[in-house]
Amino acid sequence: MWRRILAILAARNREFYRDRAGLGWNIAMPVLMVFGFAFIFSGEPDAQFKVGVLGTDPAVASSPMLTIDHIDFIQLDDKAAAIAKVERHQIDLLLDLRGGPDYWVNTHSPKGDLAERLLLGAYASMDATPPRRRTVTGEALRYVDWVLPGVLAMNLMFSSLWGVGWVIVRYRKNGVLRRLQATPLSAVEFLAAQVLSRLGVVLAASVAVYIGADLLLDFVMRGSYLTLFLVYTAGALCLISLGLIVAARLRTEELADGVLNLMVWPMLLLSGVWFSMEGASPAAQTLSQFSPLTHLVDAARQVMIDGAGIIDVLPQIALLTGFSVLLLTIAARLFRWD
Amino acid sequence: MLRAINLVKDFPGLRAVDGISFEVREGQCFGLLGPNGAGKTTTLEMLEGITQPTSGQILYRGHPPDRRSRHEIGIQFQSTALQDFQTVRESMDMFAALFRHTADLDSLVNLCNLHDILDRDTRRLSGGQRQRLLLAIALVNNPSLVFLDEPTTGLDPQSRRNFWHLIEDIRARGKTLVLTTHYMEEAQHLCDEILIIDHGRIIAQGSPEALVRKQFPASVVRLPADAWPENLPMPEDASVRNGRIELFTEAVPRLLQQLTHAGADLHALKVETPNLEDLFLKLTGHDLRS
Repeated sequence: MWRRILAILAARNREFYRDRAGLGWNIAMPVLMVFGFAFIFSGEPDAQFKVGVLGTDPAVASSPMLTIDHIDFIQLDDKAAAIAKVERHQIDLLLDLRGGPDYWVNTHSPKGDLAERLLLGAYASMDATPPRRRTVTGEALRYVDWVLPGVLAMNLMFSSLWGVGWVIVRYRKNGVLRRLQATPLSAVEFLAAQVLSRLGVVLAASVAVYIGADLLLDFVMRGSYLTLFLVYTAGALCLISLGLIVAARLRTEELADGVLNLMVWPMLLLSGVWFSMEGASPAAQTLSQFSPLTHLVDAARQVMIDGAGIIDVLPQIALLTGFSVLLLTIAARLFRWD
Repeated sequence: MLRAINLVKDFPGLRAVDGISFEVREGQCFGLLGPNGAGKTTTLEMLEGITQPTSGQILYRGHPPDRRSRHEIGIQFQSTALQDFQTVRESMDMFAALFRHTADLDSLVNLCNLHDILDRDTRRLSGGQRQRLLLAIALVNNPSLVFLDEPTTGLDPQSRRNFWHLIEDIRARGKTLVLTTHYMEEAQHLCDEILIIDHGRIIAQGSPEALVRKQFPASVVRLPADAWPENLPMPEDASVRNGRIELFTEAVPRLLQQLTHAGADLHALKVETPNLEDLFLKLTGHDLRS
């Protein structure tokens, strides 16, 4: 059985890597995507420091402190929201001159540290009593950190679905499947070879995209690489299984392409790859739970942004794996050689 | 070795095969003949186990064929694609890996004359080379029963002749062959027994010689229509086809004497043994390739 699976697997792999145009595209697309993101997110870091100032009354506005060079003073009203901005590094410092006076600084923020020195230096040069120091903690959450796990998942989804869906339908159309049917090869063996081949390709491509992104972009990765790899493996398996269901019966590539597109776009919109589903309608949120991509992106974000361990993302991995088993069973049942 | 019992295959709106029964004996070369659309390929696919019959039964060595019998059967399809970007050698290796027992691949390469193209991409083969590779793949498991679906369709006459030699070699190794063709010459050359099919039914069965002998007198005399002397009345059983007069007769010397006596131009005259082509025409009333 394994000899047959390996024979088909090897032939499929040769077909993949010898197809120069296809291979080029498989490598070029993710790299281009990474370049695109590098371009979007490569804005020069703001040289100015941003300091929030609470209150809008004229006494505050005319304070001599607010004339320090290299600091942008931003007037804010909501104290709680302003403190949250300090926590997320959206402002470097928060100053409240009305009461204490107090200032808030994020001990995890290098820019906050520098802004603090500028501020204290200004007070010292004027022989004034500095405000009371209050500290918060929290890491910066930037869009690139948030979107990258989703982009990796999206790329993996396209490669998984089309890599089996399109290919098997083409095999059926041009008679490759009929020829294989006339051998002792069973449908399960054939499908296993296709799944393994595509899983290898998809994961290798994802590693390449991750490395490319790492070279070009600055993003957070707080969890373990192994955990992240397991998350993406479970996701890829699930999406490949979904592709197999599409490929089980269809006879033309055009129809397969249409069906795959029909599946992909709702998943992309509902899975929170580009924007958070937190504000979406309850119905949309419920619907999104049926998309494997949702759970994949969720788990990947938890690992990369929150540093979640294997135990934390076990529910998603288990869900994706269970889903894969179900889809694979259905695909094997539905599968037709002709 | 292989028995078909009352095979029927319905497609939506069409009965492609309509109650066919026959038996293929071990070591035979068995031919299914018929025009395009007669049901040859459908019949063959049912025998191969690729298509399920609507009704009827197939017995391979006394049992319905199953996955295990695939190990003993080789199939060359009429139209089949191989996976892209594989060389001839790789394609053979891949198919060999799918079977429990395999033929010696080097001798198969020799038999099918593939040494010069072993490292060539399978998409860059000529028609004849491709058929030879497909035959090698059909033989990769050293099958005892080999199915060939129109193996020489689309080949030039030279390649067809070469392919016939190849098939004769395979027969000499004791394999049982079942082939379809719409070339009468091919069936006559290769087959011990033939089944003529038209509209999904058997219209004749037997060895090519016996079939022809049963239906025809000894010889057929052909000559151009304009070479027939005006002063000689045309016999009633003469027919005109493709601008030539055909006369089936057992009394060739007497006919030639009459023609000479009437002063006919006998340059283009031919005396032949009737062949399957003639038989088919007589049985169906239409040409095989039309």
